[in-house]
Amino acid sequence: MASNSDSVSDTQRTLYPYVTGTSVVALKYKDGILMAADMGGSYGSTLRYKSIDRLRPIGKHSLLGASGEISDFQEILRYLDELILYDNMWDDGNSLGPKEVHNYLTRVMYNRRNKFNPLWNALVLGGVKNGQKYLGMVNMIGINFEDNHVATGLGNHLTRPILRDEWHENLTFEEGVKLLEKCMRVLLYRDRSAVNKIQISKITEEGATLFPPYSLKTYWEFAAFKNPTVGAEGSW
Amino acid sequence: MDQKMDFNAPHSMGTTIIGVTYNGGVVLGADSRTSTGVYVANRASDKITKLTDNVYVCRSGSAADSQVVSDYVTYFLHQHTIQLGQPATVKVAANLVRLLSYNNKNLLETGLIVGGWDKYEGGQIFGVPLGGTIVQQPFAIGGSGSSYLYGFFDQAWKEGMTKDEAEDLVKKAVSLAIARDGASGGVVRTVIINSDGVTRNFYPGDQLPLWHEELEPHNSLLDILGAPEPMNI
Repeated sequence: MASNSDSVSDTQRTLYPYVTGTSVVALKYKDGILMAADMGGSYGSTLRYKSIDRLRPIGKHSLLGASGEISDFQEILRYLDELILYDNMWDDGNSLGPKEVHNYLTRVMYNRRNKFNPLWNALVLGGVKNGQKYLGMVNMIGINFEDNHVATGLGNHLTRPILRDEWHENLTFEEGVKLLEKCMRVLLYRDRSAVNKIQISKITEEGATLFPPYSLKTYWEFAAFKNPTVGAEGSW
Repeated sequence: MDQKMDFNAPHSMGTTIIGVTYNGGVVLGADSRTSTGVYVANRASDKITKLTDNVYVCRSGSAADSQVVSDYVTYFLHQHTIQLGQPATVKVAANLVRLLSYNNKNLLETGLIVGGWDKYEGGQIFGVPLGGTIVQQPFAIGGSGSSYLYGFFDQAWKEGMTKDEAEDLVKKAVSLAIARDGASGGVVRTVIINSDGVTRNFYPGDQLPLWHEELEPHNSLLDILGAPEPMNI
């Protein structure tokens, strides 16, 4: 049975993704981190799966959101499972925080990139430990950074500008959720891989909460939408 | 202008495969066409393969790849069952399929649907598409013919069907896909798995409904024309 460590390494070159998740958006707020993603798994242009969980709690202090190849995300979850398990087995009262988990992921992603066998994902890692909020991102080529708000994929182009404009320190939970929903709605309008079934999750000092999936209302009642050519008959 | 027949093209199961859970078990279904380029190499293949007594897999994509993955998983599951001392669970079978698909994603081109029944979780269906993602679903469709079934299932699927409703749904769906997908054809095979065991069924074309622009089959034109004209001298 062939596996990653085999001498078939010559065939392990840059791949292409098959089942992919689209944008993840996250921001820091007063009590911690808020993160949002839809539940879609696209297969090329087909919106094939509509109930894929792309936000997961990691240990006691972190939340991971993933876009890109879902099978690679599932494998990363197994690596992190092992990491957290070993950390717990020390039974020393300490536990891996978001900074440490982000660092681990960065090393894994960059290492795979150097071997020309990347894990085809863009990951968002957020969390709170000892009052310190942390929000970072790492992608398949190993680029990583932390910021007050991050997004992957199309979210970078469509939602970061909104966040740059409207984010501020100490957002309340309600303000944060409304802001994330504004971002997700824009993605729903303008990202063709988006699916109208989103999950929002938060992480605070107390722990992670994954809210139940729900759908967003969309707005189409513009006069210009109903009659697009009224000002220019004959055009399209 | 004749199409060159490439008899050496890789055997591919164009295919339509389906797995559906119902109240008490699962129903797996598939067509029976294996093609080598445009030639139908096998018009009565069996794409629903046994992994253990209680877990079966529907195969699509490259025939060779799906067969070798099934063979390995059957082998591992057999050992696992001996060591465990009781039937393997559907989840374990599906994860073994995932492991092979994921770790060999550069080499393999096969999409699989694993379905079965175990005493812990009842009937379960797991999709393992290209790349090695594993996703548990109440129903799964795969293969080239599945493109024509997304809309159908969005409308026709409902939770808590009976065994007969589920099998009818699968039969209807495979037959609809065969009607529109050139790479699917032949007969419809179904496998029903529940606590009572496994039932295999076989539905040739004449036992399936007719769709748009399809006509009743006849042995000959002569039967349609009725009594022959009396001879005129």
